[in-house]
Amino acid sequence: MKVVLDGLTKIFPPRIGKGKGVTAVKDFTFVIPDGTLVALLGPSGCGKSTMLNMICGLEKPTEGKIFFGNDDVTDLPSELRGVGMVFQNYALYPHMTVYNNIIFPLGNLKGEEKLTKEQMKEKADKVASLVQIEELMARKPGELSGGQQQRVAIARALVKTPRLLLMDEPLSNLDARLRLQTREEIRRIQRETGVTTIFVTHDQEEAMSISDVIVVMKDGELHQCGKPQEVYDDPSNLFVAKFLGTPAINIFEGRVEKEKLMIGDDTVLDVQGARDGAVIVGIRPEGFIYDKDGGLKCALDRVEVMGRDISIVSKNPACEAPVVRSIIDSDERPADDVTTVSFKLRPNKVHLFEPETGARIRFGKGRRIDG
Amino acid sequence: MIEKNNLKAWLYLLPALLFMIVFMVYPIVDVFVYSMEEGYNFVSQRSSGLGLYNFSYVLHDTYFLQAVKNTFIMVIITVPISTGFALLIALALNSIQKLRELFQTIYFLPYVTNTLAVGLVFMVLFKKTAYSDGLVNLLITFFGGESVDFIDGPYWAKMFVMCFYIIWIVLPFKVLLLTSALASVNKMYYNAAKVDGTGSFRVFTKITLPMISPTVFYLVITGFIGAFKEYSDAVALFGTDLNAAGMNTIVGYVYDMLYGDSGGYPSFASAAAIILFVIVLTITCINLLVSKKHVYYS
Repeated sequence: MKVVLDGLTKIFPPRIGKGKGVTAVKDFTFVIPDGTLVALLGPSGCGKSTMLNMICGLEKPTEGKIFFGNDDVTDLPSELRGVGMVFQNYALYPHMTVYNNIIFPLGNLKGEEKLTKEQMKEKADKVASLVQIEELMARKPGELSGGQQQRVAIARALVKTPRLLLMDEPLSNLDARLRLQTREEIRRIQRETGVTTIFVTHDQEEAMSISDVIVVMKDGELHQCGKPQEVYDDPSNLFVAKFLGTPAINIFEGRVEKEKLMIGDDTVLDVQGARDGAVIVGIRPEGFIYDKDGGLKCALDRVEVMGRDISIVSKNPACEAPVVRSIIDSDERPADDVTTVSFKLRPNKVHLFEPETGARIRFGKGRRIDG
Repeated sequence: MIEKNNLKAWLYLLPALLFMIVFMVYPIVDVFVYSMEEGYNFVSQRSSGLGLYNFSYVLHDTYFLQAVKNTFIMVIITVPISTGFALLIALALNSIQKLRELFQTIYFLPYVTNTLAVGLVFMVLFKKTAYSDGLVNLLITFFGGESVDFIDGPYWAKMFVMCFYIIWIVLPFKVLLLTSALASVNKMYYNAAKVDGTGSFRVFTKITLPMISPTVFYLVITGFIGAFKEYSDAVALFGTDLNAAGMNTIVGYVYDMLYGDSGGYPSFASAAAIILFVIVLTITCINLLVSKKHVYYS
């Protein structure tokens, strides 16, 4: 089922007296295609959980509309929306067994939809085998590990075959290894069921690795959405560029002079079509080519071995961070007595931004300075 | 080394143990001994022998049987009603936003009010004399009923006032505990239930009640014990001669046997106290057995 968010705004009223209130989500418009896994990505407090709560009906939007398929569900109460939700702390009922937790949503069905005990068991068994918890059915949530509780929560959300599955920070309570494993599981379960899924995360790696579409949010506003690789390769502004990628993008203060990009006194790249003036330069760690003829010169700090690649950690006065991180092939390791390293840059890994607004400045062949 | 540590432990425990032995263990044992001593004389402190006569006497005493009957009626009526009512009030308090503190305070007032003062107010409310009717009787006659003397009148009327009074006096504490128990249930469970389309009755029986079951269970047990030990409230309403009013309780009977007009019979009093102890113990054990199945501890 397709989900359409049209101009969603959520303003929480001020706690005391007459104030302006807090705008958690601002004029958010987005279409979630049927059957996709969408990640809502953003730093804490950017309004992603509020978004999720509005979609599932726990919060009412101040303005805007929500459509499930062609149905306007903006004013529909949560219980009639038919969404499955996996809460951040799972919200498994601690006094019920896993089995009873899973069939709990089925017990709410009324009238013709009402199921017999056998039908419930059949459904519960099916969904339990999907998330692989068949042997845990008689236990109580307190006797399960974090990863197992997570699976039970997913099973409970899926048992009523929801039109939409929502997950609020589904992996945040798991340890690093389990997180990797569970995100693969989520991907697999989503593929097998084909249910449209929206999950909220602040971990960009998590979002990029499993989702079909990522939506980057900050301060309640949509900054960019698209396929993970597209958003990574083509960030629309400085925030998105900084937020995605590990190691993070290297940020320099630079300027454009006659279609040449300058960092400090070094001329580093041809930037056809870019206007003269100060710019912020973002260079992905993989955008550096270690080359003694390269334009960008940095003082070598240390070399970190990462196996297949090495990471050259160097210093440049124009860099925003204390060190510049570049990832290069381990064959090209600098000699031990080298103190200054030079880099050529890959143009498609270099992004320019306006210093004031952080908006992207595009350059490249065929682009002209307007006006 | 272990021996030495044990010795030290006992040494540290000694003050507390000493107090316990002198003021708890000894009196309890003494009550057992008293209850078995036949023909005990208070003045000479001698008895004619050991046996079960005291129990037999007490169990055949019509005053005692009346007291047992009264006490059981009070327990059976007041414990479920007060707990259920407190739960309703707590749910209501929990669901309102405005004026919640004000209502909480109002509901808690009876708890800090003196029993005898409340008794006096109840007398005024329910009394009927040759010259005047109490407020309740005025209401009854206003709606075309026959006025009743609730304080000196028929047995059912007196029992009604008694139970009303007990419920009124135990309610605040129960409301207080249940409100805090309800407030401590994590909201995410309700959110989860809401998203799954759970009706409010099912939410209450399947989520709220199990989550607060330890508090409910605590209130039921202490409610039973408290109601079985009912005495002072009866005095507040019907005066000290409870036997004459036909409203005596088991504890009242024990007191009367010790100090009342017919006082001076510690053996009978002890036997009655032991019988009360056995009753309370049995009921509490039954409660514990029932709770094993229905109470959830996190």
